[in-house]
Order: sequence, then structure tokens, then C-alpha cells
Amino acid sequence: MEIPRHWRLKKQRYGLVGEVCPHCNHKIFPPRDVCPNCGDEAKEQFAFSGKGEVYSYTTVYEAPAGFDANAPYTVAIVKLEEGPMLTAQLTDMGEQPIQIGMSVEMVTRKMRNDGDERGVIVYGYKFRPVAQNAIAG
Amino acid sequence: MTLPQTSPTLLKPVKPVGIVGYGAYVPRYRIAAKEIARVWTGKTSGLPIKEKAVPGLDEDVITMSIEAARNAMLRAQIDPAEIRAVWVGSESHPYAVKPTSTIVAEAIGAVPSTQGADLEFACKAGTEAMVAAMGIVGSGMGRYALAIGMDTAQGKPGDALEYTAAAGGGAYILGAADESLAVINSAYSYVTDTPDFWRREYQKYPEHGMRFTGEPAYFKHITEAATHLMQASGTTAKDYKWAIFHQPNVKFPQKVASQLGFSTEQIAPGLLVNTIGNTYAGAAVIGLTATLDIAQPGDRILCVSFGSGAGSDAFDILVTDKITARQSLATKTQEYIARRTEIDYATYARYRGKITMK
Repeated sequence: MEIPRHWRLKKQRYGLVGEVCPHCNHKIFPPRDVCPNCGDEAKEQFAFSGKGEVYSYTTVYEAPAGFDANAPYTVAIVKLEEGPMLTAQLTDMGEQPIQIGMSVEMVTRKMRNDGDERGVIVYGYKFRPVAQNAIAG
Repeated sequence: MTLPQTSPTLLKPVKPVGIVGYGAYVPRYRIAAKEIARVWTGKTSGLPIKEKAVPGLDEDVITMSIEAARNAMLRAQIDPAEIRAVWVGSESHPYAVKPTSTIVAEAIGAVPSTQGADLEFACKAGTEAMVAAMGIVGSGMGRYALAIGMDTAQGKPGDALEYTAAAGGGAYILGAADESLAVINSAYSYVTDTPDFWRREYQKYPEHGMRFTGEPAYFKHITEAATHLMQASGTTAKDYKWAIFHQPNVKFPQKVASQLGFSTEQIAPGLLVNTIGNTYAGAAVIGLTATLDIAQPGDRILCVSFGSGAGSDAFDILVTDKITARQSLATKTQEYIARRTEIDYATYARYRGKITMK
């Protein structure tokens, strides 16, 4: 049971809310209150656009507990437009091959159940090919 | 008609109200009706639609509502902190107890100064939310209200409803008429106790009341709602450029449109059921998003939902010149429909949780 953690992280998970450093304007995700660039305090909230590109990826066939219902799935390191890199699942790929450098956008999706089907549903960010590319593809 | 003719029955807000932003969502996956027929009946013709939209493994009414609401926000260009109500109408809320609306409100930044509630009225829960939102804005209680109709509809394997029970819907941000891309002149709701379709508590799949499905339910309620709204508004079918009727299959909306004097052209942009299926609480509202996507300033639109149990909400809508700049600010309904990946029955059964694992 990790309900307090899910609750605490909801803003960053639902809406990619991180921080911006008031001293050097560095964008921070996930929020950590100290700027990794200049070392000063950085607590100002910043909502990321959700646009980014695939920096690297791997496909998971043997999923950890709680994620097995979705296997196989692809996890990517996504470089956000504003700079930070984060790890997230890719979704709605259709028949499109995944390529390093492909443009992706954030969507809020069901990650897993907390425990079993009696627990809270955990929602969070995943990335999918940007809509225009998907249509063209 | 047994409607009271003397008392005013139109739902007309004190302050004029309209649609400030709208957004659609259709999941990526499609299953063809003939693929469902291959498994159950072997029929290759006489199917109610071509194909229907299926949600992915990581989608539900909450995630789909969030995306539609984000599209509505993109078109409205407003501060989410000014939204005073987030209402989601659906018959597929992921939780029995815990609101869909609070999660949607949190995701778009509309918390904490907002109403939040889940509405249920079979397929008209979405338009029910819209009428309620008209009340919040039209009374001056709040500047904006968000109304969503969204479903991941349930169909028993092999049942007639499995061919059409689909996923999708739309979101509307209502606000003052003078900042709207379409003004809602008025609405009218017609409701009776009719046993045409239901799902009992703890049951996975709905039941339908056979002979009640067509004439006494769908046709009666839509016809009464549309007729009364037009009579009270002093309009006829010719005054509307476009019309949307609840779409459980292709035949019903075509027939009711024709009976009410509407042409095939008038209902064409909003008639999506052939390619996405019946999106239940999302069906009339997504027909309206697709129509708004192509509407021009000055177009008048009639939108009539139907929900089993039963009732219809009818809306008389007038598109303003603000629509042109906002149509392209978010993904259009037809763009979502064009983004499709066809799946077979086995994948569909997995995605919809029809395979019992324990």
C-alpha cells in the first residue's frame, strides 16, 4: 500500500509539474527544490509542455509486479522540449516502429493498480507519437 | 403530444451562455463489426456499423476525459483556476465510489475551488452535465464550467450490443456567450420512466428491454425533445445548418432525422457511429465536436441526445465568429478517427478485460 506516495506525487504524475530555478531559469523534473544546474534553492512550480523526443528506449517482456498485465511494453528516456530527461512508458505506438529522435507527447494513462483490483488506480504520464505523425504514419 | 403548452419549459439561462472551448477523444484501436461476427455468427452483411473504437489497456473514462478536457482547454485558452464545476457523465466510471471528476480536475489544474461530480443517465449523462454547466454559468455562480460525456461501453460477448459498444467522447467548457465560439440559445429536456436498457449493480454487462429499445425509447424521446425545442424556439429543420442525434447505430439517427425533416447532409458531419461505434454518454457530444470542427460563423446547430431509462436533452446552438480561430488549436475529431490501428477479436478480448486471469 503506497497511497501516501501516489497522493504526494500526483501533480508531477498527472500534469508533468516540475520546477523552474528563479536564479538561472533551469527547468527541473522531477521537482527536487534545489537546482541541479546552479545549486540554489528552486521551488517555483513549472508545468512542462509534454512535448519531447525519444532519447533511448528498451522493450520490457518480463515486467515487474503490477505492470505484468501490460507486457510487453516499451520504456523510453524522453528528452523534454524544455531540457530535462525522464523515463516513461511509450503507449499507442500502433504499427509505428520506435526510432531514436522521434517526436512524442505526454498523455495521462493508467499505470497500474495499487496492490490488486481492490486498490486505488494509479494514473501517470506516458508518451505517444505526436498526433500529426500518427496520422501521417 | 401531452406537453404543457402554457408554462415555459425551455431551459434558458438568465445570463446568455455558450461554448468557450470543446475537445474530443477517440482511442486508437478499432475492431471491425465483421470480425466480431466472424467469432459469433458468421454473418458478413446486415451489421449495424463498420467498426468501433476500443480503448487501449491503459485507458479508461478518467484518462480519456483528461485528454478531451485538455483539448477543450487548448481551444478555450482560459485559466483553469476559474473553472467552478467539473462534471463527467458516463456509464463506465472506473470507480464505484471515488469521483472521476476530481482526478480530471486535478490533471487540468482546476482544483481546489470547484464542484466535482460524476453524472449517470445511460447515454445522456454527458448532455446532462452540459445542462447543469449552463446553470452554473447562466446563474452567474461561476465564470466557467466543464462538462464531459465519455464512455468505454460494455457489451456482452456475442450480444447484439457488442458490435457497437465503443469508447470515446467530448468535453465542453461553458462560459459567457460573449466569449463563446458557439452560443447555446436554450435547451430542452424530456424524461420518462422507460425500461429499455439497464445494468444492475455489480453486473458487468447491460440488459435491454427488447421491444422498448426503438419506438417507445429512442424515437419517442428524441422526437419529443427536438419538436418541443423547435416549437418553443420558433424554428423548423430548415433553420439549422447541422443536426446531431444520439447514434447507437447508423439506422436510428438517419430515420429520426428524416422524420423530423432533416436531410442527410445536415447530419453528415456529426454522424460518426459507422467508424467509431456507439460511444454512449459520448455519442451526441462527440457528434457535436465533429460538427463544430467544420462549422462556420452563423451556422445554427440542433443537438439531441438520448439516454436509456429514458430521456433526451435538446440544444439550440448558434456558432459565432470566434470559432474560426479556435478550431485548429487542438486535435480535431476526424484526426482522432483517422489515427487507427485495427485489432482482432483476441486482442480486443484482452484489451477489454474479457479474459479472466484468475
